[in-house]
Formats: sequence, structure tokens, C-alpha cells
Amino acid sequence: MIDKKHIGYEFLPITVPVEEGRLKFIAKALGETRDIYTDPDAAKAAGLPGLLAPPTFPFMLEIDALDLVNFMALLGETLEKLLHGEENFSYYAPIYAGEKITVRKTITDIIDKKEGTLQFVISDNTFTNQDGKIVAETRTNYVFRHK
Amino acid sequence: MTLPTFDSVNVGDEIPSLSTPPISRHTLALYCGASGDHNPIHVDLDFAKSSGLDDVIAHGMLSAGYLGRMLTNWVPQSALRSWKNRFTAMTQIGESVTCTGKIVEKFEKDGENFVRLEIQTNTPEAQTIVAEVVVVLA
Repeated sequence: MIDKKHIGYEFLPITVPVEEGRLKFIAKALGETRDIYTDPDAAKAAGLPGLLAPPTFPFMLEIDALDLVNFMALLGETLEKLLHGEENFSYYAPIYAGEKITVRKTITDIIDKKEGTLQFVISDNTFTNQDGKIVAETRTNYVFRHK
Repeated sequence: MTLPTFDSVNVGDEIPSLSTPPISRHTLALYCGASGDHNPIHVDLDFAKSSGLDDVIAHGMLSAGYLGRMLTNWVPQSALRSWKNRFTAMTQIGESVTCTGKIVEKFEKDGENFVRLEIQTNTPEAQTIVAEVVVVLA
């Protein structure tokens, strides 16, 4: 069982440069071919400052901040038990290549389900750009199967 | 492409769907590397078996990525305001993913016009994501 003392735990904030190459790689992985996601010149011609990061990109930054191996060590759990239960996004501004995003991630709840055979670890995450503007927030539900 | 406007859409309207080719191990390897989600359950058969599965499973967020493509085919990405995904079943190797969605509510708030959509992904075997999206429309 995961100890509820971890509620309130703040992961070390990380600041991630949004790299053009990574956004191209993500587009390839998602089967995305439209040029504002794949071609920096086309993105600029469309009036954008650079390649546009797709709507699921904050999740990818968040998992950088999480570091799954350290997360399991923190909770005293193993990856075999982990499932992704929910991922919720709120958007305030787009994210473009060339920006720097700081990720702050906090465990905000740990909930027992089904007489403790399942536990939900809830994390709230904030994404702030190089100008100090919050561009997105997410909430993640990590499900642990104890059986 | 004509962009949808608040007045041009109605509750019950379906948005254009999106279907993917079958998910391969290569698809999952690319997503593992690109996304940063290095959980071995998606790419390492030995690990998947030690976790009690018959094979590796697809990342839930890969299917969410396909939903994102469907949404941004329909409206510019800047129109997305919130998006809640609940993962309801696993996606297996060889399954294709079909994304669909429909408008369930139109509302006005603080001088802006919004629609709420229920969207989902399905494999041939199961509904894998149930999601709700709020989009601003001109």
C-alpha cells in the first residue's frame, strides 16, 4: 500500500527546452503530417513563432519531471502495478519550439478503491513558459493494482 | 476547409472521425522514444509477461494523441480549452484505433461561445478512452 504521507509531495521542478527535433519526432510517432507540426518554415509562414507542440505535449513534459523509476522508488512500488487512469488538460496558451517550459508537479491525493486492491495517486501539474505565463495545467491519475 | 462556427453547429453533430492503421511494435517504439514515456510495459515483451500480460500494450496517451489529431483537424488547436481523458481498456498490438466525437452541449460564458464534446477511441474489441472536450468557437 502506498503511504498517504506522500500527499503534498512536490517533485523537483524541471525546465525543458522545447526542441524542434523532438516535436518532429512526436509528429512522426503520432502519424501527424500537417506542416505546422512538422515543418518549421511552414509554421513560420503560417505566422507561428515555430513548430506547434501537439495538445498532448504537456503530458510528455510531465513524464520528464516525473521520472518513472524515481517515482516508483518514492512510493515503494513497482512499475508492474502501474496503469494510467486519467489525464486531464487545461490550456491557456500554445507551446512552440524554442520555448522553455518549467514543469511543477505535486501529489495532491491518494485514494483507496475496492478495499485497497486499487489505489489512485493524483498529481496536479503546472506548465510555465519562459515569460512566467502558465500555458497549461494537467491532472494525472496513476492507478496502482495491488493484488 | 471551412471552420465550424458556434452558429453552424448543433448538439448531436458528429465531428469528422479518424482511424489509424493497426498499432505495431514499431509504432510503440517510436512513441516510447518521442514521448519520453519509457515504461517497458509498452515495448518489452519479457517485462509485459512478468506483469501478467500476454503481450505489450499500447500507451493510452498514444490513442489520446490520435484524438488530438482528430480535434485539431476539426478546429485550430488554440480553440481547445480543456480535455479530460479516462482510460477504460487496453489497446493491443495489431488493433487499429478509431476516434469519434459529437457535440453534447453549446453554452456561453464570459462573452465567449463554447461547445462541449464527448469523444472516444475504440479498438475492434473495446472502448479504450472516454473523453470530454471544451472548445471555443467564433
